[in-house]
Parts: sequence; C-alpha cells; structure tokens
Amino acid sequence: MNNLLTVITFTPFIAALIMMFFIRGEEAAAAKNIKFLALVATGATFLISLFLILGFEPEVEGFQFVEEYTWLLGLRYKMGVDGISVLFIVLTTFLMPITVLACWRVEHRIKEFMISFLVLETFMIGVFCSLDLVLFYFFFEAGLIPMFLIIGIWGGERKLYATFKFFLYTLLGSILMLIAMVYMWVDAGTTDIEVLLTHEFSHLPLSILGWDLIGGIQSLLWLAFFASFAVKLPMWPFHTWLPDAHVEAPTGGSVILAAILLKMGGYGFLRFSLPMFPIASEFFADFVIWLSVIAIIYTSLVAMMQEDIKKLIAYSSVAHMGFVTIGIFSFTHQGLEGAIFQMLSHGLISGALFLCVGVVYDQMHTRKIADYGGLVIKMPVYALGFMFFTLANVGLPGTSGFVGEFLTLAGIFQVNTWAAFFAATGVILSAAYALWVFRRVVLGDLVKASLAGVRDLSNREKLVFAPLIIMTLLLGVYPSLVTDITGPAVMELKNHVLSSLPK
Amino acid sequence: MFPSDLTTILPELVLASYGLAALMWAVFSNTQKTGTALVWLTSIFLVGLSLWIGLATTGTKQAFGGAFVDDGFSRFAKVVIALSSAVVLLLSRDYLDRERILKFEFPILVVFAVLGMMIMVSAHGLMVLYMGIELQSLSLYVLAAFHRNHSKSTEAGLKYFVLGALSSGLLLYGASLTYGFSGTTLMSGISEAISDGETSVGLLFGLAFLIVGLAFKVSAAPFHMWAPDVYEGAPTPVTLFLATAPKVAAMILFARLLLEAFGPVADDWQLIVGGIAFVSMFLGSIAAIGQIDIKRLMAYSSIAHMGYALMGIASGTEKGFQAMLIYMVIYTIMNLGTFAFILSMRKGGRPVSDIYSLGMYSKQAPVQAFSLLLLMFSLAGIVPLIGFFAKLYVFLAVIEVGMYWLALGGAIASVIGAYYYLRLVYFMYFGEEGESLDDNMTRTSQITLVLSGVFVIVGVANLFGIIDISQAATGMLFN
Repeated sequence: MNNLLTVITFTPFIAALIMMFFIRGEEAAAAKNIKFLALVATGATFLISLFLILGFEPEVEGFQFVEEYTWLLGLRYKMGVDGISVLFIVLTTFLMPITVLACWRVEHRIKEFMISFLVLETFMIGVFCSLDLVLFYFFFEAGLIPMFLIIGIWGGERKLYATFKFFLYTLLGSILMLIAMVYMWVDAGTTDIEVLLTHEFSHLPLSILGWDLIGGIQSLLWLAFFASFAVKLPMWPFHTWLPDAHVEAPTGGSVILAAILLKMGGYGFLRFSLPMFPIASEFFADFVIWLSVIAIIYTSLVAMMQEDIKKLIAYSSVAHMGFVTIGIFSFTHQGLEGAIFQMLSHGLISGALFLCVGVVYDQMHTRKIADYGGLVIKMPVYALGFMFFTLANVGLPGTSGFVGEFLTLAGIFQVNTWAAFFAATGVILSAAYALWVFRRVVLGDLVKASLAGVRDLSNREKLVFAPLIIMTLLLGVYPSLVTDITGPAVMELKNHVLSSLPK
Repeated sequence: MFPSDLTTILPELVLASYGLAALMWAVFSNTQKTGTALVWLTSIFLVGLSLWIGLATTGTKQAFGGAFVDDGFSRFAKVVIALSSAVVLLLSRDYLDRERILKFEFPILVVFAVLGMMIMVSAHGLMVLYMGIELQSLSLYVLAAFHRNHSKSTEAGLKYFVLGALSSGLLLYGASLTYGFSGTTLMSGISEAISDGETSVGLLFGLAFLIVGLAFKVSAAPFHMWAPDVYEGAPTPVTLFLATAPKVAAMILFARLLLEAFGPVADDWQLIVGGIAFVSMFLGSIAAIGQIDIKRLMAYSSIAHMGYALMGIASGTEKGFQAMLIYMVIYTIMNLGTFAFILSMRKGGRPVSDIYSLGMYSKQAPVQAFSLLLLMFSLAGIVPLIGFFAKLYVFLAVIEVGMYWLALGGAIASVIGAYYYLRLVYFMYFGEEGESLDDNMTRTSQITLVLSGVFVIVGVANLFGIIDISQAATGMLFN
C-alpha cells in the first residue's frame, strides 16, 4: 500500500477520463451511466480513503504514507499526510458521493458536469497530501478551472460576474504566493515541505524604500501566503467574491466550495504560515485576530439582512471561518485543535445547509427568503433536517458546531480576553440570523399559493442527509474521534512554533 | 579553411539551394498544382532538415573568421524554427486554397524566411546578424501582403515594411556605433573590447540602439505598434508564421548578442531588458482585454509572452537563458494549436475572426473546444498546464538574481492576462448561442489542435525532455 495516497488522489481523475472517452450512446442511457459511474468512483474513493484512516498512526511524528518520485525541474512528486491533513482528505472523499447524489437531477450537460466534479475532487485531495511546494500550488490553483466551469456553465443569472470574480480574485492571491514559493525554493534550495518546515527563513529587519519592516523576509513571505489563504478562506475584507460565487453556483458547486475549497485556506495557515514563518506569524497574530473578530461580528450582521438564503449561508460561512483564524493565531493547543475541528464541522454543516437550500430551489427555482414560508406543513421531514443543521450551525451543544466554537473561544480566551469577548457575541448573532431565517422559511402558515405543490424529501434526498446528520451528531457527542487524530500533530506544531519564537 | 566554412554552413547552403531550385522548377512548370505540391514538398524537406540538424551535428564550429557559429544553442533554435515552419505550411494549405492564393511563391518565401532565421540564430558578427534579419524580414513583408487583392493585407504588408525598415535602420545605426567604438563587428571582439566591464558612451548608445532594433523584431513593448495591425491584416497563415518562428529566431539572436557581445557589461543591459519585459507583459495583458478580433488578441497575447521570455534573458544567467528557450518552445506549440483553430474559423465559407463567433462552440465540437480550452488556460499560465511551468521557470531565474520586481510584475500581469483567455473560454462554454461556425476543420488542423491540447496537459509529467535538451543547448553557450 505504498501508493495509497496516489490511488486516492487519482481514482476520481481516472473515472473522469473513462467518462470522457468511453461513455457514448443515446442521451438518457448515457446520462444514467455517467451518474452511476460518478457515484461509484466517488464512493470507491471514500472507501479507499478509509484505509488511510485505519492505517494512520496518530502517535507517529512526522508524515506517513510518504511517496516520493522526481519530477521536472528538480521538483518532486511527494505525497504524505500527518494528523493535520489526513482528516481533510477523508472529509473530501466523504462529501463527494453525497454531492454527486445531491446533483442527481442535473440534466444540462451532465457529462461535463460530472467530469468537472471528479477532476475537482482529484485536485482537492491533492492539495491536502502534497509535500512539495510546487505540487501543492499545482493542485491548489488547478481547482480553479473546474470550479470556473461549474459556476460558469451551470450557475444562475449573474454567473458571469461571479465566476470571473471568483477566478481572478483567487488567482491574484495565489500567484503572489507562487512568487513567495519560488523565493523559498531559491533560499532553501528545495521545494520539499518536510525540509522547509525546519528551514529558518531570515527574520532580520529589512528596510524597503525607507520603510523598516519588522520580521524581514519572513514577514514578506507571510504576507504573500496570507494574500492567498485570506482570499481562499475567506477573511474579511477579502471575502467579497464568496457571496457572489455561492449564490450563482449550482447546489453541488456551493457545497464543495463551502465544505472543502474554503478549508484549503485554513489548512494553508496550519501547514505553511505558522510552522515556516513563526516569527512573522506571531508578529501578525493580533492583526489576524482582530480581522477575524470584525469578520465574525460584521458578516453576522450582514447575514441577518440578506434576502437570499444562499447569500445568508455564505456570509455565515465567512463568520464561521473567523473562528478558524482566531483559533489558529491564538497559538494555543485548544485554539489550533478547535480550528481544525471547526473546519471539519463547518464542512459538514454548511454543505448540508446548501443541500437544504438546493432541495427547495430544485422545486421552486427561487432563493428569495420572502418567497418561502410555512414549508413545515408540507415538508415535515425537510423541516426537521433544516432545523437540525440550523441549530448545528448556531453551535448547539451536542452537535459538532459547538465543539469547534467552544475550543477556539477557549483558545483565544487564554491570550486575548477582549477578542474572545467580541467573538463570543458572534455566537449570539449567528443564533439570531439562523433562527430568524428558519422561522421565515420553514415555520408559520403556508400562505404562498406557489408553495402549494411542494413535496417532501424523496428517499434519495433522505439518503443524502442521513450521513451528514449522523456525522454531525457523532462529532458533537464524541469529539475525540477527531482530536485523537489531530492532537499529537497539533502539539508538535505548537511546540515547533513556540520554540522558534525568540525568548 | 574555406571548405570547412562551407561544411559549417551546409544546412543553410542546402536550404538555399532547395529554395532556388524550387523557384526555378515552379516558374517553369507553373500549373494549378504546383503550389500544393511545393507546400508538401517543402514541409517534408524542412522536417528532414531539422532532423539532420538536430541529430547529425555536434560540437561548436565557427566559420568565416568567427562571424558565423554553429553550436547547440543555434541548432536548438534551428530545429524549432524548421519544425514549426513545416507545421505552419501544412496548416496553411487549406486556407490558402480556399482564398485562392495558394501560389507557389508562398512556400518559397517561407523557405527564404527560414533561411534568414537560420542565419540569424547562427550569427556571431553584426554583419551576418543584419544579413539574416533582412533576408527574413523582406520575405515576411511580402508574405504579409500576400493576399494582394485584399486591402487589409496590402496595408499590413506596407505597415510592416515601413516600421520594419525603421527598426532595421535603428539596428544598423546601433551596429555601426558599436563597430566604431569597439573596432570590430565580431561578437567575440566586442566582448573583448569591453572585457574590463567599462563601456564608453558610444558603445552604450550602440547597445541601446541594437536592443531597440531587436525589441522591434520580437514585438516587445514599447516597440510593438506594428504587431496588432499586421497580425490582423495579414492572411491568417502568415499571422501564424509571424507569431511563431520569427519570434523564436529574434529571441535567440537577442540572447546571443547580449551574452556573447555584451556579456561583460550585463549590468548595463539587464535593467533595460527587464524594463522592456515589464512593460510588454503589462501592455500585452491590458491592451488585449478590449480586443474583439481574435488575431489582434493573439498579437497582444504574443507581446505579453515575449515579455515573459525576455525576463529569462534579463536574468543574464544560464538558467534564465534556458528558461527562455523552454518558454519559446512551449509558446510556439501553444500558438500552433490555437492558430490551427483560428485558421478554420469560417462562417458561410468566409473567414471570420471576431471572438463573438465562438459562441457555444463547445456544443458544436466538444473535442476541439476542449483542446482550445486547455490551450487558453495554458497560455494564461494556469496550472495544471504546461504554460505554468514555462512561467515558473522564468520566475525562478529572475528571483535567483534578485530581480523581485520583475517577478512580481509578471505575476500580476498574468492575472490581468488571464481575463481575456478566460473570456474566450466563456464564449465557447457559456456564451450566447449565435450563428455557429462552419464545421469544416481540416484533418491537419484538427490533429494539430488536439495534439497541442494533449501536449499542454501531458507535458507536465516531464516536458517531453525539453528541459535536458535546452540545458545542453545553453550549456554550450555559457562554456
């Protein structure tokens, strides 16, 4: 099983190739084959990734399942996972079959649709297991192409604006990171992440055009990486592409965007910014923490005033990602662990919320909150599911959302009480907007004539939600499932960062 | 000494003889089919020639007292030039036939242009350099005006001629200043004259004029003005030709002149070349945004790409020159693929070039559209395509020598540039459906398009060994 990571990464890609070249025939039959192939491929990837979890030994230091081959220009094809990345891979493989199942009703150009998703899955998994800078960048940026097409071809009315903004915004961020990566390549003489993690980048003060820069090169590199990850995560004020992209993307696209693509930003902070530029990270920590606090409060308030359900969830995502950055830059064990937990949990919950919107959107073709109301009367099961995820999003104890928020707040409380105080108000605000939208959409009387014909969840849709509900509950009541795996790696990361800081 | 000179320039001699023989034969047996036959014959000949140059010769040889050199660097360029010209000829045949301009002069002019380029890349003295450039340019002026009943084509030819002559004049002026202040026209001699790293003002002027003249030839900003008009007006096969082989030749010449003649004063030209590269990247990227004619768009695109290639030269290191070679090869292949598509753009039998006619092309021809999508993302330098590695390597070269501003500028310009490539993808995949293009792509065009699409994606595995070959080529130049 030396090539387990490669197998996981490229299984969807191979399925996409098969789909591209071998599925022909009349439209209806071909469409059916395509969907089943996509489901089988993503399902198989998930099953294979279970071997990864089973074989993973949290106590072992460093990376596991490492594979290494030489690539061009002295770069390496090097894969491996540690406690930080392994769960993101499983999250990705877990959500993909669900997303495919949720997109079962897509009919317009189904072949290209499923190919885009499968290719995207390969790139997403690749991001989390790359151990070479350029390989990481390769997967990180490549995901833009399928996403560009997904929003562009299957998106809503303003898809053009949304998809171009998404693409160019994230490209600008990541290309600055590329320059920093090339600098690191030149400076350290290698692109091997394992080596770079122990390489010390200069932090002697620099003077640029008369400006003194504390932290020197490290600060510049940190900022370049920050440009990429802050856009990807997204952090306020770099988040403006997200609501547009979310609103215009088809349901499956929104799910993947919220559940996995955003996590790449947080993962990037944990993998690169913190361990490679510890001094700069410490220098900028307060800056990031206050940006996050603003994000939590401001975007929660903005979310409250939205008229579009998807936009509301998008802003709520930005707020929840604020907890992630707060946790990461608290440099405490709880904070870091909480950030990872929050990302995984948000992956499940926000994905599920977008699926909830998708269910009614498929029937009513509107995302306006005002067009709904009283769905509970016709759709009791749906209402229950929606309520569950709304409450999980708020952070109800017993769901995974609670654990993530609690841990990050506990982390930040140790270093910055005021930030913890203000961030905690975000929890209240999130309850406000989430419950309010739930009341307006689901509760009340069914007065809109257009809603008379809605039907409740089909069996397929129940099958989509069931695993998400189970996982959300399971992680909520038994968080050790995650923390046992991430714990040792987080401890190692924290010790590494703290020991690199000047006394 | 005399026979050895001739053996050194044997490939050029053979090509020249072929051109003259073909001309005689064509004049005496001028029938309808002569043009077609010559296109095929010439491309086969060029492929054979490139194989011969690439496989049969090794080492470094000088001829004519050091005015002409045959080394790995020039052979690399000659192979690229001959092969790409052969593909250009094959792609052109159908277009020329439909426009009723498939005359025998076309392949013959291409042959002489190729001959000029081969002399350019081997030039080791200012006289040979100028001779090569003029032979190439004169053939290209005529080619640009080849559709002589078409006002735009003749206009393009005339514009190209006037501006080209101006640039040749500047180049010649620079050459004469250089000669005057160094006392020699040989590159090795010039380099000796300034080996202490000191330049006189006169020599500096000479250097500047030479750079300006060559910047004209590679259409780098701010000396790019001719490119969009000529690209748009010239018959599409000629546009394709202009966009590929001459660019490679001029870039190689640029690199050789700066390194072999002005190597000791690298500090003096690095900044100039870097500045030209910087301006080209931004101008190419920004000005292309408003274009609706795909040929004009590709003109600006090539201006931007020349900027990236010049970045490699600006670094002044072996790695930078190698990066430039890799960049030019990848650029050439991507352009061949893209133009294979542009050549077949027709509506109701008439050639069109506005980008709106791409509307929903993906529905009409999924395979071609997908190949073009890959090429567009590759031109934009997005991973996971090969265009990214071309850019990565020049970035690496300039960052190694500490020219961070250039790398940063290149990065930002590439984001701006991504916009218009994306726009083409948008028209093909989710634009509005309009009157669709004719479904008449020839087999040659299809194969070229799809193959280059495959190249840009499969090439990321190992770049098909281009890295090693280019390393060997630049290694010879630096030792």
